[in-house]
Amino acid sequence: MRDRRLLCLGAAALVCIAAYMSIGLRGNLGFVLTLRATKLAALIQVSVSIAISTVIFQTVTNNRILTPAIMGLDALYLFGQMLLVFLFGGVGYAALDPQIKFGGEVLLLMGLATSLLLPMLRHRTDMGLMLLAGVIFGVFFRSLQSLLARLVDPNDFAVAQSMSFANFNNVRTDLLIFATILTAIAAVIAWRARHVLDIVALGADSAIGLGVTWTRTVTGLLLLVSALVAVSTALVGPIAFFGLLVVAAAERIVDSRRHAILVPAAALTAVIILVGGQTLFQHGLGNSSTLGVVIEFAGGLAFLILLFLGSRR
Amino acid sequence: MIQVENVSLKHRSTPILHDISLEIPKGGITALIGPNGAGKSSLLSLIARLQPLQVGKISIEGFPVDTTPNRDLAKIIAILRQDSIVTSRLRVRELVGFGRFPHGRGRLTAEDQAIIDQSLQQFDLTDLADRFIETLSGGQRQRALVAMAFAQGTDYLLLDEPLNNLDMYFARELMRSLRKIADGKGKTVVIVLHDINQAGFYADRIVAMKTGRVVADGAPSELLTPETLHAIFGFEMRVETIDGIPMVVHLR
Ligand SMILES: Nc1ncnc2c1ncn2[C@@H]1O[C@H](COP(=O)(O)OP(=O)(O)OP(=O)(O)O)[C@@H](O)[C@H]1O
Ligand SMILES: [Mg+2]
Repeated sequence: MRDRRLLCLGAAALVCIAAYMSIGLRGNLGFVLTLRATKLAALIQVSVSIAISTVIFQTVTNNRILTPAIMGLDALYLFGQMLLVFLFGGVGYAALDPQIKFGGEVLLLMGLATSLLLPMLRHRTDMGLMLLAGVIFGVFFRSLQSLLARLVDPNDFAVAQSMSFANFNNVRTDLLIFATILTAIAAVIAWRARHVLDIVALGADSAIGLGVTWTRTVTGLLLLVSALVAVSTALVGPIAFFGLLVVAAAERIVDSRRHAILVPAAALTAVIILVGGQTLFQHGLGNSSTLGVVIEFAGGLAFLILLFLGSRR
Repeated sequence: MIQVENVSLKHRSTPILHDISLEIPKGGITALIGPNGAGKSSLLSLIARLQPLQVGKISIEGFPVDTTPNRDLAKIIAILRQDSIVTSRLRVRELVGFGRFPHGRGRLTAEDQAIIDQSLQQFDLTDLADRFIETLSGGQRQRALVAMAFAQGTDYLLLDEPLNNLDMYFARELMRSLRKIADGKGKTVVIVLHDINQAGFYADRIVAMKTGRVVADGAPSELLTPETLHAIFGFEMRVETIDGIPMVVHLR
């Protein structure tokens, strides 16, 4: 039953991908197809990384309305990026090899995020407090980022500022190979951890009772989440509510919280929304730059609905 | 054998357990009784390594709980907490199946399935097996949690107030099941009970705690006397023997 729903999701995702690649082909086929394939690869990676990071984050924090983005992780990533610009200067930063730069940013985020979140998880902070802390993290790191932005010279500022808005049209394809490897590794780890994730969802006490080494496992999972957030933020910029929307929808479609089903379902749902939406806006509705706005709007709505329904657990 | 040696526990500066030493030999049912806040749950969670040991030593079958790999301990000892939270969108069968996690890290063999079926049956959950946990009544949920602890199949079973929410029928069923695995399979059960008569009838030994200390320890017949009970709970009770069973009358 659930497997069939998963198959349907898979089929729908394939249809979206086929539509994205084939609708409105014009001009030099080889060139257009390569261009589309590169962008498609980036969109799929963003979908997969946001879906997986959100599922894992919700499982670890034991609630359904927190996402890495709501906890300010993408703001943290942008802050780290700005910090690098500040330290190296705009010219130095721009001169760095993009792969190395990206690698450094990923490591920076993994370190910062884990050291901030781990103490909160260890003390089993309650949901309201986590949410509040997330909002504060977000604001704090965004203001730190703009403070740094004012300290660097205007040219440097432009370098960093150009990266801090979500944009599905202007995907950073130069990072694609590195990001692909990272996403693939993360996806494999997440898949292998699917049973452990089911146990982690029961909370620290039950998980320890069932033989999970809690702190080590949770630290590992948070590192994984940070790496995935870094991938998606680097590729398209910060997106706050997309992960929430995707996981809430997937959970209802497959009607399960078992990770063997939920993780692929969420990834497929994300691909359907992002690739399908991009196709729709590019060809049907004419203006593809609005996709980000629409997704944020729908995601925000989902956030409010979940909040009002009180489905916190 | 569970060996607790000179264990003390503090929360910030508030002492919770004072220098507790206790030996629980393999096999049989030990009931832990005592007023609210006596430290029963704290002691149990230390034995089950749910919180770190501060002072003293605890070992199970000779394995120190603080240094033995958690995976290995999970095959020896299972715990049911007093206030287990359960995530939603989880079916009863899935929850009970999680009890098998320590053995196959999530992969369920035919043997695991048989054990899960048996646990479901034992707690009359077969008809509820495909229901979501959050749609169950409090007692049904409690039974599912107990079934999960049973499915873990460990030699040592720590149960913190498992009779919570259970009706008289299932309370009796659970206690009889525990008696059966203790007698038939040589399992060791440590159970926190507030119903003194259940403790008196089913347990081999009663350990009474009060304000973080063990204040009485012995067979039910030795322990269930008006004087000892007064010392533990602080009010007068009568003990009558009906059909050879000591019954504590504590209503007046
Ligand atoms: N996290 C905590 N923070 C502060 N004090 C705590 C904490 N957990 C337990 N305590 C205190 O430790 C003491 C022992 O608590 P414990 O839960 O072990 O009692 P108990 O014997 O299980 O009681 P009950 O019969 O009510 O379940 C209590 O006074 C309690 O207030
Ligand atoms: Mg208790």
